[in-house]
Amino acid sequence: MPEISLNALAAQLFTGLVLGGILVLLAIGLSLIFGLMGVVNFAHGSLYMLGAYFGFFLWGLTKSYWAALLIAPLMVGLFGIIVERSMIRRLYGRGPDDPLLLTFGLSLALVETVKLIWGKIGLTLDPPAQLAGAIDLGFMKFPAFRLFVLAVTALVLIGLWLFLEKTNVGLIVRAGTRDPLMVRALGINLDRIWLLVFGVGTAMAGLAGILAGPLRGVYAEMGVEIIIECFVVVVVGGMGSLPGAVVAGLLIGEVVSLTSFFAPKLAEIIVFVVMALVLLLRPSGLFGEPGLAE
Amino acid sequence: MPSITRRKFLAATGATAGAMATQGLFPAVLRAQTGPIKIGFPLPLTGPFGAIAADQKRGAELAVEELNGRGGVMGRKVEVLFRDDELKPATGAQRTIELIEGQGVDFIVGGLAAHVQMAINEQTKKAGKLFISISQSDEISAKPDTSPITFHEALNPTITGRVVGGWAMKNLGKKYWIVYADYAWGKQNNAVFTDVITKGGGTVLGSTPYPLGKPEFSAHLPRIQAAKPEVLLGAVPGADGVAFLKQVQSFGMKKEMKILMPLHFLFLTKEGGADVFQDVYAGTSFYWELASTNANAKKFMDASMKRFGVPPDGYAGYAYSGIMEVARGAELAKSTSAEPVAKALRANPTYDHYKGKQFWRGCDNKSFQDMWILKGRAPAQVKGDWGFFDIVTKAPADERDDRTCAEKGHV
Amino acid sequence: MRGAYRWIAGHPSTSIIVFFAILPFIVPYKALATQLLVYGLFALGFNLLYGYTGLLSFGHAAYFGLGAYGAGITLAKLGWHSVWGALLVGVAAAGVGGALVGFFSLRRRGIYFAMLTLAFAQLFYFIAFHLSDLTGGDDGLRGIPQLSLGLFGWQVPLGNPLSFYYFALFWVGLAVAALRRVLASPFGTVIAAIRENNDRAQACGYDVVRIKLVAFVFSALITGLAGALDALRITVVPVEALYWSTSGQAVIMTLLGGAGTFFGPFVGAGTYLVLQDRLSLIMESWPLVIGLLFMAFVLFLPKGIWGTLLARLGARLGGAPAA
Repeated sequence: MPEISLNALAAQLFTGLVLGGILVLLAIGLSLIFGLMGVVNFAHGSLYMLGAYFGFFLWGLTKSYWAALLIAPLMVGLFGIIVERSMIRRLYGRGPDDPLLLTFGLSLALVETVKLIWGKIGLTLDPPAQLAGAIDLGFMKFPAFRLFVLAVTALVLIGLWLFLEKTNVGLIVRAGTRDPLMVRALGINLDRIWLLVFGVGTAMAGLAGILAGPLRGVYAEMGVEIIIECFVVVVVGGMGSLPGAVVAGLLIGEVVSLTSFFAPKLAEIIVFVVMALVLLLRPSGLFGEPGLAE
Repeated sequence: MPSITRRKFLAATGATAGAMATQGLFPAVLRAQTGPIKIGFPLPLTGPFGAIAADQKRGAELAVEELNGRGGVMGRKVEVLFRDDELKPATGAQRTIELIEGQGVDFIVGGLAAHVQMAINEQTKKAGKLFISISQSDEISAKPDTSPITFHEALNPTITGRVVGGWAMKNLGKKYWIVYADYAWGKQNNAVFTDVITKGGGTVLGSTPYPLGKPEFSAHLPRIQAAKPEVLLGAVPGADGVAFLKQVQSFGMKKEMKILMPLHFLFLTKEGGADVFQDVYAGTSFYWELASTNANAKKFMDASMKRFGVPPDGYAGYAYSGIMEVARGAELAKSTSAEPVAKALRANPTYDHYKGKQFWRGCDNKSFQDMWILKGRAPAQVKGDWGFFDIVTKAPADERDDRTCAEKGHV
Repeated sequence: MRGAYRWIAGHPSTSIIVFFAILPFIVPYKALATQLLVYGLFALGFNLLYGYTGLLSFGHAAYFGLGAYGAGITLAKLGWHSVWGALLVGVAAAGVGGALVGFFSLRRRGIYFAMLTLAFAQLFYFIAFHLSDLTGGDDGLRGIPQLSLGLFGWQVPLGNPLSFYYFALFWVGLAVAALRRVLASPFGTVIAAIRENNDRAQACGYDVVRIKLVAFVFSALITGLAGALDALRITVVPVEALYWSTSGQAVIMTLLGGAGTFFGPFVGAGTYLVLQDRLSLIMESWPLVIGLLFMAFVLFLPKGIWGTLLARLGARLGGAPAA
């Protein structure tokens, strides 16, 4: 057991927030897609990976991380929409497992395709020069880029909240998550909305990827491990619940961070233990609604 | 359109089945004395270490071309059959079975990662085929895994740890912090380095395991900084290692302490970039710039550049040497059977194929070889596309760097 | 051609027996046929839960691994050098594991159920990874001796690929026969009802959770048998046997072959393994082909190869329950 100085503990908690930030971005996308369309997108991790690779590609073209940051998520979102239109929508009405299985196959194919195009060696994606250093926060020196990741996550969350709460389209999305049949009966065309949601959800995965690239490196398998963590977060928060995704993402981030500090050997399994405990106490996750995902 | 009559259909099926059955029954017998000598080579072409496997493949191909260029072995051509083991033991086992049973190979050389090697070894032991393992493992040359026909060409954590750790104690500092991946290789490195450091009068201020594949160190780095070690050792493999170094750099730790790793990999450094690997010390079994001081290394390097346009790295060297040793053993024993070849290699243990003198130790079929300590160059000093390292010093082959025969369970 | 079809349709059981009897001779090498049997059995166990009961488990590798470790540890660590003993311990371990996991996981449904099964499988993986004195840790369990089978006083050497194949075939045949019995019984009808509409079955008065648990355990037993056989086959138990990627393989194989059919899992396993074996020789990116193929199947051939074949040939091939 290491000596716990308040500074060190604060540092760990802060680090956990950053870990959680990436997870939150991913989990929200997954939860949104599931909540509205009932589609469990197993390819979400591969889309995260695509975000990093597209970011690398764009950075090679423009030499600007900012440009890459802006455009890569859009590219991933577009890709997501194409996938939804061409493949996933053929599966509606067939049962909940089919989209899951399809996206599972898609994730296998994406990993290999990326290796074919960009090679087997991982790639380097550097943060922009302005963010390369560390900032003194008083209780610790923290890398500027990580703070940036936190800031972006917060911005996106605020933007999303505003969209859902304050716009008409957001209203339809929220209503459609609760009761798609009713919304249709009211004469609203949900198809376009689904497209938008899928695009936004996948774009967020791409954003998470291009943010994570400078932190962990860009390599084809990067989505494979994180998809499981992402699923855990979404399940803990409750499938289809956005506040759940946020809370669970930050919670899991903190749990992993603190476990790595106090009991590193348990860090790998702790997320599953937390998930199992949450599910056994709250059947549909922290904020999930029963009847969804069953 | 003529229809296929039942008679024709049955005849065709029967003939095909018969052909396949005969193929299935007689592969090895027919090929035994006259056909090519086949070497099975399982390696992880797919999976996270694909780049290192590509290095292995190139080394093997160079060896085969060279052997066949000078007439083959015992007048017979040499053929290498590569199989993808996906870095998974179950697949490695299955591929080895296919190579032995389906292809009738005479030898197996290959394997990356300890757990896959062991699975391959189980199959070669059962089938009585000589296996030269070409990647890191402490167990493969020790009881109960080893056997008289199991050879280990590569370095292992014990040797690497003692050499690199010993050098670091003399040259980098006495106070260490170790970060290691929580699996066999990482744990072994942690144990060996800790042993070397404490026996040498140094201290290990702390030892931090992390789950393999989850390279998130930001939770630990502030604490490590606070402890003020002189050297930070990262037994962090592959892509995890790149992430580790990036995070260490982003926390400004390179200015506060020396960074040490057990091994450098050329292709990993290409991936991470010179900036990330700058000033990082590590060991290696081979580095292409040795070509300027060693004739065999120059030959090896030139052949690789000519054929592939890429320099060889440590694992290409192991593969090259492994295949050369199989050839040498077969020539000496005038046989492709495992036992005679193994005996021949033990009776003539010294060899030098690409970097300097190596020898097999008799009790455990372990190859002892020269090692070097490297230091990452600053991006401005990188020579060409691949000149990432300064060679700091050479550590010549020494049996004392590994566990003794008795410690490994050999009588 | 039609004559051959008609004969096969008229004698389904014989055809299948003949097929499996000659299988080692029509595949590129005999050990591939054994691998097909073992993984086909794994998929069969998974299919009982997924295709017949309608429960998608993400963690079925747990029972495969428990079966393998049970058999392996018996032979390598406990010193009980008996093939029958190893199989018994392996299957029992898987059954106990299935009962434990099922008891907790079946309290939830849908994706929550699936994630709980995954969580338990990862827990077993974690335990096996760290109990390295018992399991060999991440280097895998080695030291499993290649034994002969004591059969009425004869010693049948199992190191020979052909004899191991027929040994495994015996067990697979037993498992298939047992499964057939179960599915033809009232229990089989109930799990079909649960698959079609869980709530309605409950409304009809069935103790749905208990029935699912029975199906879960039975599925785990079959899967555990596959794991135990695999441990005997390659005389090593890699810790990846418990990892979620192994669970994923069962899903792929079942879907390729046809969920909810008897021999679908074997067809799927065979397809996947042969593709993996042969494709990797000609292209390094063969997982791409698998991924694309899998997607194509989900989109266009959701019944899988065998399922689609059965549907086309109609009820001629096998009556009820479908083969």
